[in-house]
Amino acid sequence: MYRYDEFDDAFVRDRVAQFRDQVTRRLSGGLTEDEFKPLRLKNGVYLQLHAYMLRIAIPYGTLSARQMRQLARIAETYDRGYGHFTTRQNLQFNWPKLRDIPDILELLADVGMHCIQTSGNCIRNVTADHFAGVAADEIEDPRPVAELIRQWSSLHPEFDYLPRKFKIAVTGATHDRAAILAHDVGIAIVRNAAGEIGYRIIVGGGLGRTPMIGKVVREFLPKPELLAYLEAMMRVYNLEGRRDNKYKARVKILVHEIGIEEFRARVEAEYATIDGSATNADPAEAARIAAYFAPPAYETLPAESPAFAAAKAANPAFAAWVENNVFPHRQPGYAALTISLKAIGQPPGDASAAQMRAVADLAERYSFGEIRVTHHQNLVLPHVRQADLFALWQALGAADLAEANVGLITDIIACPGLDYCALATARSIPIAQALAKRFADPARQREIGPLEIKISGCINACGHHHVGHIGILGLEKRGAESYQITLGGDATENAALGEIIGPGIAAEAVPDAIERLVETYLALREKDEPFIAAIRRLGLAPFKAAFSGEVRHAAA
Amino acid sequence: MSSPAPRIALPAILIANDLRNGDVVVRAAAGWSRDPREAVIAHDRAAAERLAAEAAAELAANRVVDAYLIDVTLGDAGEPVPNHFRERVKLRGPSIRPDLARVPGRTSTGART
Ligand code: SF4
Repeated sequence: MYRYDEFDDAFVRDRVAQFRDQVTRRLSGGLTEDEFKPLRLKNGVYLQLHAYMLRIAIPYGTLSARQMRQLARIAETYDRGYGHFTTRQNLQFNWPKLRDIPDILELLADVGMHCIQTSGNCIRNVTADHFAGVAADEIEDPRPVAELIRQWSSLHPEFDYLPRKFKIAVTGATHDRAAILAHDVGIAIVRNAAGEIGYRIIVGGGLGRTPMIGKVVREFLPKPELLAYLEAMMRVYNLEGRRDNKYKARVKILVHEIGIEEFRARVEAEYATIDGSATNADPAEAARIAAYFAPPAYETLPAESPAFAAAKAANPAFAAWVENNVFPHRQPGYAALTISLKAIGQPPGDASAAQMRAVADLAERYSFGEIRVTHHQNLVLPHVRQADLFALWQALGAADLAEANVGLITDIIACPGLDYCALATARSIPIAQALAKRFADPARQREIGPLEIKISGCINACGHHHVGHIGILGLEKRGAESYQITLGGDATENAALGEIIGPGIAAEAVPDAIERLVETYLALREKDEPFIAAIRRLGLAPFKAAFSGEVRHAAA
Repeated sequence: MSSPAPRIALPAILIANDLRNGDVVVRAAAGWSRDPREAVIAHDRAAAERLAAEAAAELAANRVVDAYLIDVTLGDAGEPVPNHFRERVKLRGPSIRPDLARVPGRTSTGART
């Protein structure tokens, strides 16, 4: 994992001291809220419905056991004993007191963490495939690139006041687990015809009020040219992105308005003026960063562990968990496993301090001390010996962390919604809970197969509802919460935006409506055809019919 | 961010977040309280205007943030229940964590909870 050097550490400490002074001045009345708000946002501090909220950056979702333990300590000492993992691979605390936040930031700095650029109109935390360094279909580990971009973009003076926030995601694998087509900039590590490794650069994706799928701006960018090219793109956006209307200020709108060809031409023109040697990473520095992400010291093991096979054969519950939660590792005899933070009936993505500590202990014992946060709001232990999986599963069970539902219908993404968020128009967590309870039966979940439900509590779409196979958007309609259902969204390399299938419905009506959609799928699917594939083949008509039948039934 | 009082439906109360700890507070007879039952209830325009003026003064005095008036209905015990579901969640706490529901009990913002 990447470790701060003395420069990074001194920089973060200075920043904490600066914010401590700003908080002191705010509390003593020296700064008004209007003056303080941009300062607190620069440090990840929001004001939510019930309290302040602190958003902590987890760069590309990689976390050490030591860091996780520190988060547990903060949760217990300064919050209410839990935290919320987000779709940006970050962690949010829901109840910090403003006067305590400088102390919290100090504790974070002790473990090389901070909240810088988790808010505001800057380049935000760079996200990446949570199976980086693990997946067999990976061309190259995306984390060194993500780290390089993090260092380049951290307090980049030119890009500190962009028209709007800017989100970058990177994948090194052919199967996109990082939703790069739904980001302002998506980067895929690719190989060209000559076998050289470089980047496909995608721009103008995003969700929110005006969802768009990203478009390719450069099919192949040679590896050493990345930062200069990004700089050219950011310049075009910074100059030409709309600042007159916050709702039209994201780069996706610029790309949409001028077209990808024109955007590309402007970027290339800007790129031609940049002195790459002054901007691109020094190869020695790139190599220094990459060295931090070298694979851990794996043992040489047989591809299949006999003990693991025997445990699966003897224990169907373990076998079911393995089937859903364990991901093949490219290193023989190892596996990556996903720890579901979607226990039936629990708020998606929430983890108690005790659970954080349990995960930290298990990571240390079984996974080289490494943890990943997924944008699906789950955790990953990336490098586990197959032979240890059974013991690990039992330990996870003791911490209420062994739900065997990864990728299934109850592995629901939900933003905090109106239960916490000041911007929300409706609640999202209770909808997730009701759906999880409705589909709790493990056998039924497996029968339904892979199905992603994603829920947002307002049009800002933090719950990625547009790219959910089933998307649910909470709105306000005539003074009550109302939920709009979309179908057919996809967050992968086959990215698609879901389409609305009918009128908004009340919260109580959501489980039955989703049940009808699932029944329709089960009745019409071909053998082994996943939900999303069936929708592509069948179109929306049969689902719309089932949905409107249900809406009529509910209204009768 | 105080709402202009004339637009609000009545009865109404004034709510805010405590500057220091973020707690949701209501404007009570003597300062701010965490207990909605202690809220001063504006039954007429003049009372609502007074609350709006207090909101502006308290924001300026940097004691609270995000102060605004909300319209309420009075419950059986005379307690104010917000008419809008957002404000009901705000006053009560996250609906999904009843264990974290705000415990009624007076704590003025002067006391450092
Ligand atoms: S989608 Fe809306 S309600 Fe949900 S977290 Fe984002 S801003 Fe808040």
